[in-house]
Amino acid sequence: MRVPILKQGDYLIASIQSALTDADLVQLRDDLAEMAGRYRARGIIIDVTALDVMDSFAVRTLRAITHILRMRGARTVIVGIQPEVAFAMVQLGLTLGDTMTALDLEEGLALLNRRREPR
Amino acid sequence: MNETRVPIHSDADIIAARHLGRKLAEQVGFSGSELTVIATAISEIARNIVEYARSGEVVLRPMNQGSRRGILVVAKDRGPGIADVELAMQDGYSTSKGIGLGLPGARRLMDEFDIDSKVGKGTTITMKKWIA
Repeated sequence: MRVPILKQGDYLIASIQSALTDADLVQLRDDLAEMAGRYRARGIIIDVTALDVMDSFAVRTLRAITHILRMRGARTVIVGIQPEVAFAMVQLGLTLGDTMTALDLEEGLALLNRRREPR
Repeated sequence: MNETRVPIHSDADIIAARHLGRKLAEQVGFSGSELTVIATAISEIARNIVEYARSGEVVLRPMNQGSRRGILVVAKDRGPGIADVELAMQDGYSTSKGIGLGLPGARRLMDEFDIDSKVGKGTTITMKKWIA
């Protein structure tokens, strides 16, 4: 299922609605990379609240997305990682590296607003 | 509760396998974070099938051993096999585009983990998780 991406000001919000296949995740990466340029986005929020599993492929793809978008001039925040998902990720040995995270959408938006640099 | 067999042919089947695994684990009596741990481990070994063997199956079965209850997960394929299992179980080792955390990660998530692999014949991974 394709992840819907909403535009809000110069932010893009991708809210994942259900479990994603590997192909869906790659599609999300390509969609965000393209839309970040088309809408001149400065911040991206990826809401993963609906994900009940984040395995090595999901984490690798989310990290790639944040790096690609950073190169396109936008900051990405991952929001909504569920407590049991975080627990399993840590036990598996997965880290998000330097990817920004926030508790939920509201906190994610606040984080992006604080990080705003004048253009 | 019976055995569930999930054929694995594509990335969509990975989701089916972990969904059915979570459901069975819930019936067995596992709770919250353990369900996520089991589903994540199933996701890793099912992806291993798709990535290296293209097709195979995941078998899910409840276990009863005296008063102990748990879940058994077996992933079988007839793919190329793993030449050096010890190397494959090292963090960061991958022959595909992965980050090499799949199999060692799944081992950390489960209580028991065993790989039987023969080059040219295929790989069988057996994992067990017991209710604490």
